[in-house]
Amino acid sequence: MSGTGDLLSKGPATPPTSPHTPKTGTANPLVAMTQNLRTSGIYIAFVLVVALFALLTDGLSLSPGNITNILLQYSYVLVLAIGMVIVIIAGHIDLSVGSVVALTGAVAAKVSISGGHPWWVGILAALGVGLLIGAWQGFWVAFVGIPAFIVTLAGMLLFRGLTYYVLDNVSLSPFPAQYTKVATGFINGIMGGYGYDAFTLLIGVLAVVGYAVSQVRTRVARVRYDQVVDAMPLFILRIVLIAVVVMALAWQLAHSRGLPVVLIILAVLILAYSVVTRSTVFGRQVYAIGGNLAAAQLSGVNVRRVNFWIFVNMGFLAAMAGVIFSSRSNGAQPGAGTSFELDAIAAAFIGGAAVTGGIGTVRGAMVGGLLVGVISNGMQLLGLEQYLQQVIKGLVLLLAVAFDVYNKRRAGGR
Amino acid sequence: MTDNILEMRSITKTFPGVKALSDVSLSVRRGEVHAICGENGAGKSTLMKVLSGVYPFGSYDGEIHFDGQLSKFSNISDSEHAGIAIIHQELALVPFLSIAENLFLGNERKGRGGLIDWNRANGEASRLLARVGLSENPTTPIGQLGVGKQQLVEIAKALSKDVKLLILDEPTAALNDTDSAHLLGLLRQLQAEGMTSIMISHKLNEIEEIADTTTIIRDGRTIETFAMAGEAVSQDRIIRGMVGRDLDSRFPDRTSNPGEEVLRVEHWTVRHPQQDRLVVDDAGFSVRAGEVIGIAGLMGAGRTELAMSVFGRSYGRYQGGQIFKRGEPIQARSVQEAIKHGIAYATEDRKKYGLNLIDDIKRNISAAALDKLASGGFVNAQEEIRVAEDSKKSMNIKAPTVMSLTGKLSGGNQQKVVLSKWIYSDPDVLILDEPTRGIDVGAKFEIYTIINRLVAAGKAVIVISSELPELLGICDRIYTLAFGRITGEVQVSEATQEGLMSLMTRDRTPVRAGAHSASDATGTGTTSTTTTPDDTQEHSA
Ligand SMILES: Nc1ncnc2c1ncn2[C@@H]1O[C@H](COP(=O)(O)OP(=O)(O)OP(=O)(O)O)[C@@H](O)[C@H]1O
Ligand SMILES: [Mg+2]
Repeated sequence: MSGTGDLLSKGPATPPTSPHTPKTGTANPLVAMTQNLRTSGIYIAFVLVVALFALLTDGLSLSPGNITNILLQYSYVLVLAIGMVIVIIAGHIDLSVGSVVALTGAVAAKVSISGGHPWWVGILAALGVGLLIGAWQGFWVAFVGIPAFIVTLAGMLLFRGLTYYVLDNVSLSPFPAQYTKVATGFINGIMGGYGYDAFTLLIGVLAVVGYAVSQVRTRVARVRYDQVVDAMPLFILRIVLIAVVVMALAWQLAHSRGLPVVLIILAVLILAYSVVTRSTVFGRQVYAIGGNLAAAQLSGVNVRRVNFWIFVNMGFLAAMAGVIFSSRSNGAQPGAGTSFELDAIAAAFIGGAAVTGGIGTVRGAMVGGLLVGVISNGMQLLGLEQYLQQVIKGLVLLLAVAFDVYNKRRAGGR
Repeated sequence: MTDNILEMRSITKTFPGVKALSDVSLSVRRGEVHAICGENGAGKSTLMKVLSGVYPFGSYDGEIHFDGQLSKFSNISDSEHAGIAIIHQELALVPFLSIAENLFLGNERKGRGGLIDWNRANGEASRLLARVGLSENPTTPIGQLGVGKQQLVEIAKALSKDVKLLILDEPTAALNDTDSAHLLGLLRQLQAEGMTSIMISHKLNEIEEIADTTTIIRDGRTIETFAMAGEAVSQDRIIRGMVGRDLDSRFPDRTSNPGEEVLRVEHWTVRHPQQDRLVVDDAGFSVRAGEVIGIAGLMGAGRTELAMSVFGRSYGRYQGGQIFKRGEPIQARSVQEAIKHGIAYATEDRKKYGLNLIDDIKRNISAAALDKLASGGFVNAQEEIRVAEDSKKSMNIKAPTVMSLTGKLSGGNQQKVVLSKWIYSDPDVLILDEPTRGIDVGAKFEIYTIINRLVAAGKAVIVISSELPELLGICDRIYTLAFGRITGEVQVSEATQEGLMSLMTRDRTPVRAGAHSASDATGTGTTSTTTTPDDTQEHSA
C-alpha cells in the first residue's frame, strides 16, 4: 500500500508531482463529499432515509426479519433495474418489462404446474422465452430503427395479452417446492453456529475482504499512473464504513433465517454486470452510443449489434425477475408485474442515470432501487395510507432527479 | 472618441482543477475592433463568457465596467439588455426553424393578443438580413443555408437586439476565404456605423487586416495589448506574444518521398441522403504511402461528403465507385469495414461527430481502437490510461488529467483528442477533415509535425482544408473539387492559390462544354491545371 510513501515523501514539494507522491484529494470527508455530491449524493440520501425510518419505526425497520424481507420483496425490481440502467445508458427505455415478468412467470407455471415438468425445466423455459422476447424487441429497435419507446410500448400490450392467453385468464399455482426456493429459500446451518449462521457471516467477511482488496488494487494502480486518489484517511474511512454496513447486514441476516438464495443470485448478477458495464468492450460501447450516437458510429462501433444485445439482455433479466417473482408469489397471475417497469426506471434515474443517455451505473441503480424499497417498506411499517405512499414515491423520484440536475448545473457544465 | 466602452479589471475565474483566468484585464475603446489572440485553452472564450454573463457575477473575481457602469450580470439576458451580444464559437441556430424564427427566438415579435405577428417579424427580418448583406427569404429554414450565411444570420440576430458591443468568438473558423472576407467587410461596415466589436480568431491574417487593437492572452493571463496601426504589427509579432518565442516558419520542413500507391478511389458517386441529387459525382483520387494529398474546394463542394462516404459509406446513398487498397479492390460498406482496411476519418465537426462530450479524454481516445486494448472482451483500463497519457504528452493536450471530460476542454484541445483517437487506431490512410480548424498557430505547427511523422512512418494522409496556404504548405499533391467533381489535380510545386481557386470555382457548365478536350490526368500525378480530368467525361454526353 502507498500509505507509508504518503508520509515519507513529505519533503520540499517539487512541482509537479513526482511519481512517488500520490496526488490526493482533500482529506476532509465533508469537503470530499460535497465535491463529489453528484456521485455520493445518492448514498447520503440512502443513509438518511434508512436512519429516518429506523427512528420512526423504533428500530423495527432494521430488525433482522425486516431486512430479509426488503431484500426478498425488492429483489426482482433490482434485477430489472440492472437491465434497465444499461438500456437507459444507451439512450433507450423499456416499458415492457412488467409484462415480460408476467409472461415468463406464466410460461414457467404452464410448464412446471400444468405440464408437470421438473422445476428447472420451467425456469429454463422462462429464460428462453425472455431471450426470444429480447431478440424480438432488439430486432425492431436495432435493425428496423423504431424508437425503443414505441417498440416496448407495443411490447407492453403484446406480452400482457400473451400472458392472458397462456394462462387462459386464470391464476396457476402452486409451483413445485424446489421452484419456490429460488425466491424464498435460505442457506442456513451448513456450517453451524450458535444461533448465528456461520456461513452467512463468512460470506460477509469474504465480501468485505474482496471489496477492500479491489479498492487497494485500484488505488495502487491509479497512483502508479499518477492519477488523483482520495486522501488516505478518507480512503480508509470509506472501506471501514462499507465493512461496517456489510457486516451489520450479514449479522442481522445470520440472526434471522440465514442467507437468502435470491441474495446470492442478486450479488452474482450485480458483480457480473458491474464488470460488464465498466470494463468490457461491450460496456464501453453502450456508454459511447448513449453519449454521442454519431460519434460512436463514426468510431466503428457496430451500433445495431450493440443495441440488439442490450435488448436481448434486458429480456433475459426480465425473465430472471419473472422467475423470482412467480417463485415468491408461488404462482402465476395474469396481472403480475404491473408497473414493475416504472419501479425499475425510477431506480435507474434515482441512481444517477441521465435521461439523455451516456451516464449511469449498475451500482447507482441498485442503491436507487433499494432506496425506493426502503421507503416503501418503511411506509408500510408505519401503516401509511396507500395514496400517501404513492405521493411520496412520486416526490422522491422527482426530487432525486431535480437534485441531480441541480448538481450538474452547479458543477459548471452547460 | 477615445473613451473606453469596456473595462475588465483583474478577472480571475477558476473551474474545479483549472485556473482558466488569473488577473486578466482588458480595455476596449468605443468604436474599435479589438482582437483577442492566444493559444488553445488560453482562456479567450472563458473571458468572453464572463463578460456576457454565461458565468454569472459572483462566480468570478474582478470587476467589469461596461459603458461607464459597474456590471453584475447574472445571465446572458442581463448582458444583452446592457447591449452586449456574443456569438459563440459554436453556432446556436435551430436548423428546422426559419431565418426569421431564429432571428427572434426568445425575442418574438408579438402582435395583438400576444400572438406572434409573422408579417412584422418577416418584414423586420428582411431589413436585418439586408443590413448584413444577405438576400435570403426570411422564411427559409436555417438548415438550408451554408455555414457562412448562418454566421451572418447570427450577426443579424445580434443586431436585432440593439447592441453596443458585439463579441465574435472565432467567427470565421468554419468559413472559407470568400465568406470570411465578406464577414470582415461587414464588421468594418458596422464599425463605420459606430459599433464596437471584440473578435477572437486564430486566423492572424484576418486580425492583421481588421483589428485596431490586439490583446494577447497566454495561460490565463494578459500578456500585452498593442495598437495595430502605426508601425506595422506583423503576424510574427502576434505569434511571438502568443507562444512566448519566435516561430521561424509556419510549416515544418519535410522531404517528401512517396512510395507505392496505398489507396485509390475510382468513379465514386454518392447521392444526397434525402434529396434526389448527386453530391459526389464520379470522383476519383489516389494517395501513396508517405504522401500527403490535399482536397481543396469551396463550402458545399462535397469534400466532407466524399471523405465520409469513402469511410464506410457513412454519408449519403452510395451510387457507384470502387476503392482499391494497394491495387486490390476492397469493400468498405460500413465504418467497421473501413477501419479494418486501415482507413480512418477525423471529422471536421468534433462536437457532433467526433467526441463523446460527457466522457473523459482517455475513453474518447480509445474509442476507435478498443480492440487493441482488450483481451477476451475486457478492456485493460490501466493500459488505456497509459495510452491516453502518451497522447496527452505527444499531442500536448492541455487538461488537468486524462480523466477530464472532453466537453470541458477548449476547442483546440478537443480537436487534438479527436486526432489522438485516430492516430491511436494506427491506420494506413488517415483522412483529416479540417484538422486545424479553430487551432492556434503553435498547435497547428504541432499538428503539421504530427502529419509529417505519420507520413515518414509510411502512412498516407489526406487533408481536407479550406485554407489554401495550409494545403500548399503541407501537401505533395492537391485535388480540387467543385460541385462534387474532381476538377483538377496539381503537384504542389506547381500550384498557386490563384490557380487552385480558379479550379475550385469552375462550375458545371464549362466542365461539360470542355470535357471532350480533356486529357488524362487522374492518378498519374501530373499537373492538370488547365485541362479537365477524364473522369468527368462520361457526364458530358
Ligand atoms: N466548464 C469548464 N469546466 C472546466 N474547465 C473549463 C471549462 N471551460 C473551460 N475550461 C478550461 O479553461 C481553459 C480555457 O478555456 P477556453 O475555452 O477559454 O480556451 P480558449 O482560449 O477559448 O481556447 P480555444 O482557442 O481552443 O477555443 C481550458 O484549460 C479549459 O479546459
Ligand atoms: Mg475558445
